[in-house]
Amino acid sequence: MTAPPTTDAPVTPGPRRRRLPDWGLGYLFLLPALVIFGVFIFFPFAKNFELALYRSPPFPGLPRTYVGFRQITDVLGSGDFRHSLWTTVLFGLLTVPTGIALGLVLAVLANQRLRGVAIYRTIFASTVATSVAVASVIFGTLMNPQVGLLPWVGINPSPAILDNPSWALPAVAIATVWQNLGLSFILMSAGLQAVPGDVLEAAEIDGAGPVTRFWRVTVPLLSPTIFFAVVVGSIFAFQTFGQIDLLTRGGPQNKTNVLTYFIVTQLREHQNPGTAAVLSIALFLITLLLTLAQLRLLERRVHYAR
Amino acid sequence: MTAGAPSIAVPGPAPAIVTRPRRSRPGLRLVGRYLLLSVLALVVIFPIYITVVNSLLPAPQIAARPPKFFPSSPIWSTYDKAWSNGHFGHYLFNSAVVTTIIVVGQLLTAILAGYAFAFLKFPFKRTLFVIFLATLMIPFEVTIVQNLTTVVDLGLYDTYAGLALPFLATGFGAFLLRQAFLGIPRDLEDAAALDGYGHWRFLWRVAVPLARPAIGALGVFAFLTAWNQYLWPLLVTKDDRLRTVQIGLRQLRSASIEQVNVTFAGVVIAVIPLAILLIVFQKQLIRGLTAGAIKG
Repeated sequence: MTAPPTTDAPVTPGPRRRRLPDWGLGYLFLLPALVIFGVFIFFPFAKNFELALYRSPPFPGLPRTYVGFRQITDVLGSGDFRHSLWTTVLFGLLTVPTGIALGLVLAVLANQRLRGVAIYRTIFASTVATSVAVASVIFGTLMNPQVGLLPWVGINPSPAILDNPSWALPAVAIATVWQNLGLSFILMSAGLQAVPGDVLEAAEIDGAGPVTRFWRVTVPLLSPTIFFAVVVGSIFAFQTFGQIDLLTRGGPQNKTNVLTYFIVTQLREHQNPGTAAVLSIALFLITLLLTLAQLRLLERRVHYAR
Repeated sequence: MTAGAPSIAVPGPAPAIVTRPRRSRPGLRLVGRYLLLSVLALVVIFPIYITVVNSLLPAPQIAARPPKFFPSSPIWSTYDKAWSNGHFGHYLFNSAVVTTIIVVGQLLTAILAGYAFAFLKFPFKRTLFVIFLATLMIPFEVTIVQNLTTVVDLGLYDTYAGLALPFLATGFGAFLLRQAFLGIPRDLEDAAALDGYGHWRFLWRVAVPLARPAIGALGVFAFLTAWNQYLWPLLVTKDDRLRTVQIGLRQLRSASIEQVNVTFAGVVIAVIPLAILLIVFQKQLIRGLTAGAIKG
């Protein structure tokens, strides 16, 4: 039944319809996704550049005023922005290397051929079932001065952990590292699977101990996975919002006001879409830089493979 | 024994199984290994364990010093409270509805787009593919300012549609399924054409069944991200009526000390559906995450 496309082909739903040419079908298939992308990704993205040029009125309902690039330079030059950027970088430094290192150590340990190791793997991966909100509520309670276990074991600064300017950001970081541990473990395990066993075997025969094997064989061979995790982790760090909203609300003394939280408070509490748009553009540019770095690394990874 | 071992990211050749010659190890070293693994496992699982314990204790006992690490007489009624008074049954329903819409939507749009990119010829295909990939460079957080306005303007503020609509398509999904479809031998397409299969029938009868591993991975990945969403549901819902589980946790957070056991029960309720899903679909999850991390 090799019907030419002009006759009633039995393929398209509905009888006696002409078969759509390939190009038409192609566009039709792409259409739903393109509509969503257009409305909810590209349009709002582009709109940021317009919103950035208008200062929002002090009270909602009043007309906005065109201020050109002044608002962009004002916001990006402000101490608040620089502080927020620095806080986010600090948060990334606290969470990304720690999370990857822990995930890697767990992955290496769980990669042994031991009876029952699958149970440990499941436990190490288990935090993928948690969300930011779940992790935040759990750790928020663990750190609570009245009911928390951390104050009970002696970690009881004054003011309380999450109200303490020097403790708050590391505390949020701990909750974050724990929540991402499962993901980090899974990524590192997948990377380890690709490390040829005979290389490690050879190193062992050459008399390399477990620590030497880890640093001299496993880590170098996993470097593409690790680089990749660093970039993705950093991008995630710049999107941090839920933990801050649930645990510290940007405080104490603005010490946890990371970039995305800053954007949302400008938008919601200060009703200031102009500033929020400028900050969004900044967030985009940072993500873009990180993504480009990732692409460079992926390219290099391809070269490794050849 | 290695049933739960993570497999490699892309559907393709199975990872080589490393067979090591069994050597007799000193028993002490073996004990040491298990000890280390067990201590680490306890540390990782402890926050979840203590949450379950606390959800079963009466509130005053949670604050007791020294703390209780085992509920001697568990109080299951706390879960009733979280379910009805804490509205968690309701939140759970909302999460299920929104997540289902998002997962189905993402799978459909990704299957169609992935198929178009893999099997159909049309002008500007490369350009369009680049446009799809470009969406991966724009984090959702960057688009919220206008998206909030758009959703309000469309009359979708505080509706299921408003919660789900922005996430019904992802460049990542299209990309993942395109890769999977490209792995289907061209001979099959020719054979199907000889049998009179048009694209529509080939897509659903041949391509989709063959791409099941990738579709499964995408489905689990979409479920995980949709279920755990926080920022958008917080922005576009007004009150408890449409709040999802994650936002429900936010409401419980501010509960008084007397209610803290209800908070813990809420956390457990929020985790259970996902935990079950992930245990059942472990393989798909790992495939989805290792591929999905690219999304960033």
